[in-house]
Amino acid sequence: MEGDIAQLGQFIGAGLAAIGSGAAAIGVGHVAGNFLAGALRNPSAAAGQTATLFIGIAFAEALGIFAFLVALLLMFAV
Amino acid sequence: MASEEGGKLEFHPMDQFIVKPLFGEAGDPIHFYTITNVTFWMALAIGAISLLLVVGTRGRAIIPTRAQSMAELAYGFVYKMVEDVTGKDGLKYFPYIFTLFLFIIFSNFLGLIPMSFTTTSHIAVTAIMAFAVFFTVTIIGFVKNGAGFLSLFWVSSAPLALRPILAIIEVISYFVRPVSHSIRLAGNMMAGHAVLKVFAGFAQVGAVAPIAILGVVAIYGLEVLVSAIQAYVFTILTCVYLKDALHPHH
Repeated sequence: MEGDIAQLGQFIGAGLAAIGSGAAAIGVGHVAGNFLAGALRNPSAAAGQTATLFIGIAFAEALGIFAFLVALLLMFAV
Repeated sequence: MASEEGGKLEFHPMDQFIVKPLFGEAGDPIHFYTITNVTFWMALAIGAISLLLVVGTRGRAIIPTRAQSMAELAYGFVYKMVEDVTGKDGLKYFPYIFTLFLFIIFSNFLGLIPMSFTTTSHIAVTAIMAFAVFFTVTIIGFVKNGAGFLSLFWVSSAPLALRPILAIIEVISYFVRPVSHSIRLAGNMMAGHAVLKVFAGFAQVGAVAPIAILGVVAIYGLEVLVSAIQAYVFTILTCVYLKDALHPHH
């Protein structure tokens, strides 16, 4: 158990930033779940919307990746 | 790397991402011309792509061989994606997008070979691709539409009072694009491979070894899926950005 208070802060901050990944997971699940709900109501329209699905997932995921980036910056760059 | 000391992990999960020279000692300085493991695996990806597209389709058979039909499927898949998302006038840029797609998907899949190196897990690699897309798309937008390209930031469907605020948000989101574009790919590849190594590290702890090995297998299957999806996502976002450049009006 050595290290200083700044390192403690880095680790706590990185751990807090990891919460963002969970939030992004909720967002991605929301997109995919709603897509599935819509696709089961109208399966014939689903095939044309998969590109939109992936774009939506990508945008929802981007913010989770920013949280991941903050964690990485805290761990290795600060 | 393999230094076991008192129940600690035998290897660090991030060790796999270290760039080292292919020839010579591990600690040698790396210049821009040094052949590293990144260079090697990138060359291998390009070699595999050339093999698939040049040698695989050499026969030009009516009934395609397996290699030819894979090449044709990849070509048709990306061609249809570009056509669907950007429209007919985006097809001029299809070769660039197809190159990006093949390079990313081959790098991702080659990185899944045990003991290999995932070039796309480095932000330096993906950022070059993302910034290339960003600058290309911005230049195309200004060349095609002139100052009309700026109407991308002026959301004419919103109420007038909101438009300046929306314009600021749109400008910020436009300039964050290359960041999220590159870090999405690198982050996904890096995180997935690090998780694989963490599970592999658990496999040396006697009691949880069977669960850890099953975990490695399951995560590996997920990683195969993620590799393909991230290549697809990178390409389709390139198409979306290109569509914004060709048709900036909301």
